[in-house]
Amino acid sequence: MFGNFFHKMASPPWFYRISGKLIPWVGAICALLLLYGLYGALVLAPADYQQGDSFRIIYIHVPAAWMSLFIYVLMAVCGVITLVWRMKMAEVVLITSAPIGAAFTFLALVTGSLWGKPMWGTWWVWDGRLTSELILLFLYLGVIALHNAIEDRQTAAKAVAILAIVGVVNVPIIHYSVEWWSTLHQGPTITKLDKPSIHIDMLIPLLVMALAFKLYYVVAMLMRARVELLERERNSKWAKEMLGEL
Amino acid sequence: MSIASAFLALLRRDLVIAFRRRSEMVNPLLFFVLVTSLFPLGVGSQPKLLALMAPGVVWVAALLAALLSLDTIFRSDFEDGTLEQLLLSAQPVSVLVIAKVLAHWLITGLPLLLMAPLLGTFLGLPSQAIGTLVLSLLFGTPALSLIGAIGVALTVGLRKGGVILSLLVLPLYVPILIFGAGAVGNAAMGIDATAQMYIMAAFLIFSLTLSPVATAAALRVSLS
Amino acid sequence: MSLAEFLNMGGYAVYVWTSYGIAAVVLIANLVIPMQKHRLVVARLRRRFRQEQNPQ
Repeated sequence: MFGNFFHKMASPPWFYRISGKLIPWVGAICALLLLYGLYGALVLAPADYQQGDSFRIIYIHVPAAWMSLFIYVLMAVCGVITLVWRMKMAEVVLITSAPIGAAFTFLALVTGSLWGKPMWGTWWVWDGRLTSELILLFLYLGVIALHNAIEDRQTAAKAVAILAIVGVVNVPIIHYSVEWWSTLHQGPTITKLDKPSIHIDMLIPLLVMALAFKLYYVVAMLMRARVELLERERNSKWAKEMLGEL
Repeated sequence: MSIASAFLALLRRDLVIAFRRRSEMVNPLLFFVLVTSLFPLGVGSQPKLLALMAPGVVWVAALLAALLSLDTIFRSDFEDGTLEQLLLSAQPVSVLVIAKVLAHWLITGLPLLLMAPLLGTFLGLPSQAIGTLVLSLLFGTPALSLIGAIGVALTVGLRKGGVILSLLVLPLYVPILIFGAGAVGNAAMGIDATAQMYIMAAFLIFSLTLSPVATAAALRVSLS
Repeated sequence: MSLAEFLNMGGYAVYVWTSYGIAAVVLIANLVIPMQKHRLVVARLRRRFRQEQNPQ
């Protein structure tokens, strides 16, 4: 039965139709979660006694950082599926996820910077997490650049699959190297979330925002995937029929 | 042809070809010296500042020199069709990749190692750290060649591959840089650096086992 | 808490609202861009399909 699901997944017209139906529903749930999360983040959560209201930035910064890592791992998994099982849909999910992952990484960096300025007085802090995030952004840009540079779509997808796998193996290595490096040089660190005792009122909006971002990713990725599928399959029968229907 | 003799034959061929163009072998070395010399010009000549920066500067310069020379691993073979022949041969491609990377390192990486003590001393690196500098580069530069080979294999078919190559490879170089320069920094302060050296050795072994496989896969994709 | 206090964010208004503002821009852009692309691609493919059907 699972095999049947994958068999269907591998079919572009099925994916195109299903994603078209899913997007409004997932989008609606995402919007509701976002509203609730934002209300919790901006209103319900009590102000931090040390950082005041500026800590509310973590409700964007932390979920964005989590998504940046989650999407890269997902890209690598799609990379493995692409190389081992040659599933077209895995290729499509891989390359459409890259710009979204890069956007989240950028968001994590910008909000990290905006959070750091009132705390430590400088616009950039070379601490372990932010520096790792910066390197992750370069990894994403590399994937996007490599994909754009190769003309043949199939070759580009396979090359990017290899790059994503090599990258994901390196992400923990880079992360721990940079962590070690930052403790050496005694920089200030964003350690708020290292403390085990985070108030539950502060935690819930964070988890809600994290879930909302995940659903957002699904919507954004599906939207891009549909465009990519149309372009790839433009000469196929199903695409021509679908365009006739539209 | 056995795997070992194919390996040695490819290694010897690459070395001979490189030796025929001996003048080109000097380029990465010259770049290494030039980049290192730029730093005092850029940050000022105070001895204390330079000595403090020396481990990082020498390492970054070596890293950039390695990056600059990467293209030569596969470029000329790609252009005259030899690369395709290598992929079609009966030998496992990853073994052939190791041969090519070894040749590349002997030509471009090893000279960096020999030049490094001089450059370190010029920047005021204390003599107790010179040994660690050479050892860290001994473990690091082959790893740089191995990891760089993956990037070269992915971009060898592209016209302007060199620009993207840096973007692909530099993030992967960061851990090697951190621990290599960190080891030398520790040695310069008289602190023990064995932990970092073990990690550098681990990086080398890790890249030696995994990079050739990734490089071979990337070559097949690029030449498809 | 009054609206003015809320907007002020304890003095950190610039940082907090810029962060949330940039987040809004990034998230909305990543929805709008695919939507526009979809429209363009459909129009382009339809035009080509029609041309293929009536080669003149």
